[in-house]
Amino acid sequence: MEISKETLMLMLRRMWTIRHFEEKVMEMHSAGEFAGGAHPYIGEEAVAVGACLALESTDYIAGNHRSHGHPLAKGGSVNGAMAELYGRVGGYCKGKGGSMHLADFSIGILGESGIVASSVPVATGAALASHIRGEDFVSMVFFGDGASNQGACHESMNLAALWKLPVIFLCENNQFAVTTSYRNSVAVEHISDRASAYNMPGVLVDGQDCIAMYEATTEAVRRARAGEGPTLIEGLTFRYEEHSLGLGRVRRGEYRTQEEIDAWRKRDPLVIHTERLISQGIATQEECDAVSAEVLKEVEGSVEFARNSPFPGPEALFEDMWADEIPAP
Amino acid sequence: MAQTVFVEAINQALVEEMRRDESVYIMGEDIRRAVYGATANLLTEFGEKRVLDTPLSENGFFGAAIGSSLVGMRPVVETLTSFMWVAMDQIISQAAKMRYMFGGQATLPVTFRATMYYGGGSAAHHSDRSYPMFMNMPGLKIIVPSNPADMKGLLKQSIRDNDPCIVFEDGTLFGMRGEVPDNQDAIPFGKARVVREGTDATIVAIAGAVGHAERAADELSNEGVSVEIIDPRTLVPLDKKAILDSVEKTGRLIIADPAHKVCSAASEIASIVAQEGFWSLQAPIQKVAAEQVHIPYTPSLESLVYPNPEKIKAAVRTTLE
Repeated sequence: MEISKETLMLMLRRMWTIRHFEEKVMEMHSAGEFAGGAHPYIGEEAVAVGACLALESTDYIAGNHRSHGHPLAKGGSVNGAMAELYGRVGGYCKGKGGSMHLADFSIGILGESGIVASSVPVATGAALASHIRGEDFVSMVFFGDGASNQGACHESMNLAALWKLPVIFLCENNQFAVTTSYRNSVAVEHISDRASAYNMPGVLVDGQDCIAMYEATTEAVRRARAGEGPTLIEGLTFRYEEHSLGLGRVRRGEYRTQEEIDAWRKRDPLVIHTERLISQGIATQEECDAVSAEVLKEVEGSVEFARNSPFPGPEALFEDMWADEIPAP
Repeated sequence: MAQTVFVEAINQALVEEMRRDESVYIMGEDIRRAVYGATANLLTEFGEKRVLDTPLSENGFFGAAIGSSLVGMRPVVETLTSFMWVAMDQIISQAAKMRYMFGGQATLPVTFRATMYYGGGSAAHHSDRSYPMFMNMPGLKIIVPSNPADMKGLLKQSIRDNDPCIVFEDGTLFGMRGEVPDNQDAIPFGKARVVREGTDATIVAIAGAVGHAERAADELSNEGVSVEIIDPRTLVPLDKKAILDSVEKTGRLIIADPAHKVCSAASEIASIVAQEGFWSLQAPIQKVAAEQVHIPYTPSLESLVYPNPEKIKAAVRTTLE
């Protein structure tokens, strides 16, 4: 598959955006700058970026609690994401959603969900709207290996296959639901094997390889737009950090070895992509370094933006409840 | 003005709204063949894309309805209250919360039509009158029609409304006949109906309990007791003013509610009047609601559970002692 330099460099840029953003989030969370939980996406960048770059801006995505990577991969504002974590009016959701509920409807991000698998039926419904109206937009939902065991996931896959809906089920198999390995919770060898039960293609992809993710998703998007129905893509990946910030301080027992973590870190998606760009003569080390440096600056700027954005005032408490307003009880 | 059966009023509202707006579609189990009556002839007129028979996957297709509403559709989901439990994650985590959680970005014009079958020996799993549980969750509009005209007008409003609405259709009323004006339009939410005026006591009656309250009031009028009946028609939003004004006039409040009595619509109305209308009251408020037990199958026990004219009359008399 021919991929333009522009797209290849955008992959690098978006992956660096997520990496720097998450590292900054961890730093600022440790420094006590904002409250609440957050689930770092570090290590999984190639999955969301490769998948999102295969979409048009008119297509929709929905996601899960490990939420920061999805909107940033689709080109969402870094300032808006950071300000949301800071609980400020400048955030995507004016501070009402926080880390697990990033959403930017203006660019097709229908929202992340803190309830595992809860977004899967919702994204299926966006695809249903496309189907009923005879439009050609598609919908993609990110969910994890844990979510793949939820009924909502299976019900949605059956519905989507039955009605040939233009939806892409994108399973980010980072191998652990908090501390439980998918090998101890999934009865088949690969989550993508389950696709055959729903009469749809199931594709296992190296989730550390952004280009592989892009190619697999591009084919799924083509199928969806052609009316051929859904695809299940499993991006096999690994989260470098704990399930959520701070969990390492309370967890009482190991669930993965240092060797395993080190082995996966050696297959870092940013390193793989950068080396490929350089070895194939698409970009120089300097060009790649410049992308990282630019993005880092943008992320640092987002912290300033967030700090300077005000907290919502008390008048905001009752706002945004209703589209057609009713009196408070 | 035509005499219309309750279930036909539902059908009329669906047909008219589907003709009016192409983004309205309906989905549910066995609706193409109209097993429950309300969706008769929709498939013929509107075709397979707008009349969707679903697999038995409530959490999946409720969620699909919600997702489609986010991108401009106006889905109507037909279900029974009893099947809502398996779709609770989508109703609560998504439909109710999305708009607020996403800072007002999400608009969810989705209507859930949930029929409450009870009183007919359907036992504990198929007799749920669950609207109080949904009142407790911000973000859902709760509609409880008590007659064919209101059923039609409130369903039309629900479909046009831009927030998630749950219309609790009282199965005991499905065969009820009533006047429905030929041009019955949408009825705005939050406007109670004064079913009859009276001076001695106020009965606030919900859904199927309205008819019981009317029979009780007829019989009490023979004893010289003048009862006012208020039908709130929607519980979220609730027309507090109509209730408080009536209690100010009569000084006595009885609430007739087919749902379980604990943390119920009746409880909420009682608490509002206790807090905001206390000085109007001349007697303690009486709740006549379903007993706090599961619905037993056998008719000898089921008949003891719900409000009926006898219980309502006794409660009115208590306030007059």
